[in-house]
Amino acid sequence: MANITKEEIRKPENLVYKKTDLLTDKALSYCPGCGHGTTHRIIMEVLEEMDIQDKTIGIAPVGCSVLAYDFMNIDMQQAAHGRAPALATAIKRLMPEKFVFTYQGDGDLAAIGTAETIHACNRGENIVIIFINNGIYGMTGGQMAPTTLPGMKSSTSPYGRDTHLMGNPLKMTELVAQLPGTIYVTRQSVHTPSNVRKTKKAIRKAFENQKLNKGVSFVEVVSNCNSGWKMTPVQSNKWMEENMFPFYPLGDIKVNTD
Amino acid sequence: MTEEIIIAGFGGQGVLSMGKILAYSGVMENKEVSWMPSYGPEMRGGTANVTVIISDERISSPIISSYDTAIILNQQSMDKFEKSVKPGGILIYDPNGITRHPERKDINIYTIEATDEASKMGLTKVFNMIILGGFLKLKPIVHAEYIRKGLEKSLPKRHHNMIPENEKAIDRGKEIIEARQLLN
Amino acid sequence: MKGNEAFAEAAIRAGADGYFGYPITPQSEVMEYLMAEKPHERTGMVVLQAESEVAAINMVYGGAACGKRVLTSSSSPGISLKQEGISYIAGAELPCLILNVVRGGPGLGTIQPSQSDYFQSTKGGGHGDYRMIVLAPSSVQEMADFAGLGFELAFKYRNPVMVLSDGAIGQMMEKVELEEQRPRFTEEEIIKNTPWATTGKTKNRERNIITSLNLDSAKQEQHNIDLQKKYKLIQEKETRFELINCEDAEYLIVAYGTSARLSQKAVDLLRNQGIKAGLLRPITLFPFPTEAISKLADRVKGILTVEMSAGQMVEDVKLAVGCRVKVEHFGRMGGIIPSPTEVVEAMHKKIIGG
Repeated sequence: MANITKEEIRKPENLVYKKTDLLTDKALSYCPGCGHGTTHRIIMEVLEEMDIQDKTIGIAPVGCSVLAYDFMNIDMQQAAHGRAPALATAIKRLMPEKFVFTYQGDGDLAAIGTAETIHACNRGENIVIIFINNGIYGMTGGQMAPTTLPGMKSSTSPYGRDTHLMGNPLKMTELVAQLPGTIYVTRQSVHTPSNVRKTKKAIRKAFENQKLNKGVSFVEVVSNCNSGWKMTPVQSNKWMEENMFPFYPLGDIKVNTD
Repeated sequence: MTEEIIIAGFGGQGVLSMGKILAYSGVMENKEVSWMPSYGPEMRGGTANVTVIISDERISSPIISSYDTAIILNQQSMDKFEKSVKPGGILIYDPNGITRHPERKDINIYTIEATDEASKMGLTKVFNMIILGGFLKLKPIVHAEYIRKGLEKSLPKRHHNMIPENEKAIDRGKEIIEARQLLN
Repeated sequence: MKGNEAFAEAAIRAGADGYFGYPITPQSEVMEYLMAEKPHERTGMVVLQAESEVAAINMVYGGAACGKRVLTSSSSPGISLKQEGISYIAGAELPCLILNVVRGGPGLGTIQPSQSDYFQSTKGGGHGDYRMIVLAPSSVQEMADFAGLGFELAFKYRNPVMVLSDGAIGQMMEKVELEEQRPRFTEEEIIKNTPWATTGKTKNRERNIITSLNLDSAKQEQHNIDLQKKYKLIQEKETRFELINCEDAEYLIVAYGTSARLSQKAVDLLRNQGIKAGLLRPITLFPFPTEAISKLADRVKGILTVEMSAGQMVEDVKLAVGCRVKVEHFGRMGGIIPSPTEVVEAMHKKIIGG
């Protein structure tokens, strides 16, 4: 295999992986090692495999993934900070035959958009919510998030999050699992190939659930933010396993889809 | 013809609905009308009032500060609106609960014992229709047939069986209204 | 019908697809009426009580971005909460209808009628350089008429339209004639009429993106230039006003909404006194009838604006008039409605004798 040429590599029979057409060719704006890119990809793969891309409307939040619509080759709306579940509510109610999902970070979903998240979940809107939790505000430069761990450093908790002064991290996923309007609540990650597979399965299940017309499917992806955490990607994944997962354990929290 | 009326009393006395029936009756007779209520906390037990204008012409302002007729059903409203009756206009009140009777000499004043009459009739709910009857006796600005249509329009269907009692009350009001002070 | 109810019924008849609101006095009858009417059964219209005004306006954003005819209603404090969403809607150029049944402020203020949200409605309200088309009804009939007209203008210009009413017109009952029910648009019609809408990316077109974000300043400036062009076009094409007794008027009142109604009575009273008074009633507050006022300024001896505020529209009247004739403001605040007699007195004191 030593002397294989570019032309040979490009031959269809040598194709081992193809990027889904539902991702645009625009280079991702995310930092190397960030979980956003992987999550974008698996959502788009799920839509392609289900062949529902022409019936799907996505909603981008405010945060690092504000430009998600630059990369996802489907119809999308960009929401004001935290309001994505309100947009999704209206879209799904006005066009019940479409598939609707929001893609939100922890600041968007668990701080400024808490009310919209909880009420959309409680009403049982028939939508998918993808929640990227990296415990920090990435886009604005590493400030404390509602999900920042106790003792964790950020630019607005430079000596570590002191829960007496700064309050406690919010386990939004456990919280929405309590609500009657959610039918599927799960927490996953995308830092290893096996976790990527599990997350993709969860996202597939979430979109399949929309056909049931029974309520919200909520998929949290615990992710890293190597830039915000001031680590290398490898360090950040290790740190996530050691610190984030004990506080935000992976796995299904609620499966009520029967 | 333009008739500008204020009806004022306690919330719960049927002030707003009396105005509504009058206004709807006017609409049924194809007149121009406006019905402008006081609204808000007053609706929940305090004082309530409504301005009703019925006219053959387009109504300019639905909000006015002097009236051809004031129908007054409690003391607070007497204190507030006695002075707002146009000279030569009419003030109608139920003396029940009135401690200071109207004092103006330049208006026509009538009393109607509607509270007593309603309880005599065993129909406290139609108190306001007795008052309306008294008013219509003095100012027959809407014909009886349209009053019935107004009742039909403003009462929910489930209360339509009450219409005959309402009409009876209106007739009774016409009988019992009394002049207290008339201008020559 | 009450003004609020007439607006709600007219919205159903205008083929509205969705209403999203949150209760606040004095406009709660809008949602109450809609819920009682079961528009879901009548026309398929969605009516949803949201968790907040913020959520409601963002539901409007989501619905409008799908090319649907959506609306919300609120009163002053709730409209303040909606400003974020309105700015995004204006930035993303989405058509929608917003009813403000104004009450007195600032803060929680009062629940009684006021016109103190003129600046907020006509000058922006939220952040950024944007304008709403602002329609000011002065009767229950216009509350009904402006639901349909509002949707028409909103879609014509891809712009939010505000119906700026007040507690008096919202709560008042008058005779009203309603339009016939028009059918809601089908998905095919929506795709044809609003090809920009997010209805699902089919293979035969590029994806549709609804956003107000342009990180590239040059692009954002161009977007602003385009918006300003649109607003200018709206000013040229959509300015609406009514002239009452202005042919021979020596003294002019400028007033909108409830103030226009009582000013009309004041004009009658002034004419009874032998004073040639007239009324210009702006029907659109943006675009403002600057030119009409400017023309009248050449003919009249003085102008009184009547507003239920500390004097907001008076600034636009002064801009139209310059220093040619005296322009004064008369108004009451905090939920007090001035009487026609007070307006007559103000005309004497501030303009004729002043």
